Amino acid sequence: MAGGCSREAGLSRETSVRYLVGRLAWALLILLGTSAITFAIVFLVPGDPARVVAGPRADAETIATVRRELGLDRPVAVQYGWYLRRLVRGDLGRSYTTRQPVTELLRRRLPATATLACAGLAVAIVVGVGGALVTAALAGGWIDRVAFLGSLALLSTPVFWLGMLALYYVAFRWRLLPLGGAGGIRHLVLPALVLGLGTGAYYARLLHTNLVAVLGLDYIRAARARGVGTVRLVAVHALRNASLPLITVVGLDLAALMNGVVLTETVFHWPGLGRLAFDAVLGLDVPVIMGTVLLSATLVVLTNVAVDLIYRLVDPRIRLR
Amino acid sequence: MAKRGARGTLAAGLLMAAVLVAAALAGPVVAPYDPTVSAAPQLAEPMPPAAPFYLGTDDLGRDVLSRLLHGARISLLVGVVAMAVTVTIGTGVGLTAGYFGGAVDVLLMRCTDVMLAFPGLLLAVALVAVLRPSVWTIFVVIGLVSWTGVARVIRSEVLSLRERDFVLAARALGAGHARVLVRHVLPNTAPTIAVIAALSTSGTILLDTGLSFLGLGVPPPTPTWGRMIQEATTYYRVAPWLMLFPGLAVLFAVLTFNLIAYGLTRGGRAPAT
Repeated sequence: MAGGCSREAGLSRETSVRYLVGRLAWALLILLGTSAITFAIVFLVPGDPARVVAGPRADAETIATVRRELGLDRPVAVQYGWYLRRLVRGDLGRSYTTRQPVTELLRRRLPATATLACAGLAVAIVVGVGGALVTAALAGGWIDRVAFLGSLALLSTPVFWLGMLALYYVAFRWRLLPLGGAGGIRHLVLPALVLGLGTGAYYARLLHTNLVAVLGLDYIRAARARGVGTVRLVAVHALRNASLPLITVVGLDLAALMNGVVLTETVFHWPGLGRLAFDAVLGLDVPVIMGTVLLSATLVVLTNVAVDLIYRLVDPRIRLR
Repeated sequence: MAKRGARGTLAAGLLMAAVLVAAALAGPVVAPYDPTVSAAPQLAEPMPPAAPFYLGTDDLGRDVLSRLLHGARISLLVGVVAMAVTVTIGTGVGLTAGYFGGAVDVLLMRCTDVMLAFPGLLLAVALVAVLRPSVWTIFVVIGLVSWTGVARVIRSEVLSLRERDFVLAARALGAGHARVLVRHVLPNTAPTIAVIAALSTSGTILLDTGLSFLGLGVPPPTPTWGRMIQEATTYYRVAPWLMLFPGLAVLFAVLTFNLIAYGLTRGGRAPAT
């Protein structure tokens, strides 16, 4: 009996490891696909990177030299091969415009974006969970109705417009917070709120639906019969089960959050990766485009693997595939 | 209770949609001024809302109300056509993957995973740069970037549909896979597709506005709401009405389709896309 148990535990650990390795292998393949597609798209852009590098006043000979130096005269597939070989060694090349190593650029820009994204996500989760708890406890009442309309309106608001409104009123008219740029915590408040509110409203809708469904289950009725109060019932007993699907959504949504990050960084002049990537796309800075897309895709893919694992840890009902 | 609320939500959404369609159809006719040339006498700086310019004028003296009315047509058009592209690609991939399963499913879903890993807005920016900005480019690019969510939802729905007896019955009567898919499985996904269509219309309008805001939307002189907000960034401190009204217009349009989507799902449950 005891031996059987331990063997089972050993088996499940083995399957977990195999599962994790499988997921990571897929993650690697996905990244390979992402990089290939990006490379292909970038080379389809009408425009000549060599001309961009050489500068607007370069003559034809200089441009030709630059093209040869950068290997731009070789077939795209060959260039992609070179890129991958350097990538394995951790070399992402140099920016065409500033000549700085891309890894250096990414390392300098990543903290600002990571701070903004984490703060935005924190706002979203607080708003989402808080809003859902309140509206689920008061389901059917007028507060629930108003919150429903409010969350739909927030969901429907363009993030950059919300940012401009916040800048105009909070920063410009009322002079409560700085007008943009990065710095202390005061610079972070508005961008984080703007980035997180819409996503938070989405989480609140989702969690609300789950909560209301869970609140109708037998174990909740049993707890209520035992005399558990409404607050404890919703916030402890129901939330635990209702929040499970939300974990997946948060993971899947990370790529969508990056869209918001690009726009928020633009509005608030936040010196992050989003702006770096956007400027690189417009300026045909191929190594920087590749670097930012790969970094962003890596973060998204790894988060999804992590979310999958967390989900399976939190909910014992889900068996490993 | 929840059902009545949902019906109210749907009714409100449809009413707002009627207003939008009316604005898109009649807008250019009822617009008091030409949206592309200066209407304000002499003054070449933004004028705050006051008769006869009820929503003010922009930095080039153009009437904001007229520009909004002209923009309604293009915003609604982009929203609906890009939604059609999104839903067509997504439904096609989802149906095929879910119905055939096996290697086809794995291959299609891995492609979906690759697309999901992309930062969508940046992909759209790059694609617009490749294809050169135009209305047609925007339709296609938004569709190419946003079909993944649709594919996932439809696939999971088809996974359970294909096990049903009516599929077996159709097969037993000698129907080919294509016929079963189009005549039997597809109609059963219609309620889900209706909700997805409404949700993704709001999504495509938001994405289009975002692209316009980054300067990559439908090119001028066509006035679009997103471009109006982008142009207003320079003046937002002295002329806040320039960003306020187009933003409200976008909010109205996106809210319309979100209300319809939530109304259609009865009780406010929407599929996660």
